[in-house]
Amino acid sequence: MHFEYTVIEGDFVNAGSASSSVKKTLKQLNVSPAIVKRVVVALYEAEVNAIAHAYGGVVTADIESNQITMRVIDKGPGIPDIEWAMQEGNSTARPEVRDMGFGAGMGLPNIKKNVDQLNVQSTVGVGTTVEMIVNLC
Amino acid sequence: MKLKQIAELLEAKVLCGEERLDDNNDYCFSSDLMSDVLTLGDQNPIIVTGLCTMQTIRTCEMGNLEVVVFVRKKKPTPEMIELAEENGMILLSSDFSMFKACGILYQNGLKPLF
Ligand SMILES: Nc1ncnc2c1ncn2[C@@H]1O[C@H](COP(=O)(O)OP(=O)(O)O)[C@@H](O)[C@H]1O
Ligand SMILES: [Mg+2]
Repeated sequence: MHFEYTVIEGDFVNAGSASSSVKKTLKQLNVSPAIVKRVVVALYEAEVNAIAHAYGGVVTADIESNQITMRVIDKGPGIPDIEWAMQEGNSTARPEVRDMGFGAGMGLPNIKKNVDQLNVQSTVGVGTTVEMIVNLC
Repeated sequence: MKLKQIAELLEAKVLCGEERLDDNNDYCFSSDLMSDVLTLGDQNPIIVTGLCTMQTIRTCEMGNLEVVVFVRKKKPTPEMIELAEENGMILLSSDFSMFKACGILYQNGLKPLF
């Protein structure tokens, strides 16, 4: 099953709608609630990043019998130092993002904790792709 | 603790989920930072927060967190209440400060996660 969603820069009101839709699908497929939570917590943080730090983008989710592969693809400013960004507490978030309850530099580290495979590819001035894979059983 | 008792202790208004006030939850976590709330793993405590945005509801949806107490007189918008209702959540709103609300709940036996 393939799903695709568009996320819009600065659209905090709809941030999470892709994750919400993925959650409903996985629930229907009877995936265990603990795994569903790991999937959607990771996807939600990645979705918020595309809205908060980039100019929006596309979220894709591919569900197979044994795993889900999610990609959050943006044409944003890119991440100059991925290693720095992966460390807890490191953030360049604007005050507006902090007002939404994010921007403490905990997103990427928490994504890493929740997924089985994480691949962050980024080119400054071009964009960022965050690929997350979670085993479903 | 019964949610009904929590509402009473905090002199809170029930904004939605009234039919579930007999539900029990013995654990509580308070934060205004949603990234913190998203680190709770498979635990599903009551959330006490002063952050009253759509993100509060979304975060709880992702985290299977069904009970939210807004403190500091924060009032959610109709859109937020609607999304919470869709997700079967219980929303309470108290005029107490975060400190006072948490102090009362702790004193009455609600447990922290860590
Ligand atoms: N999609 C993205 N595009 C550009 N920069 C990003 C993106 N995602 C993350 N970053 C950078 O990595 C930092 C850390 O991200 P994260 O751990 O999610 O924390 P936070 O979002 O709270 O700042 C961000 O502050 C930002 O500088
Ligand atoms: Mg983030």
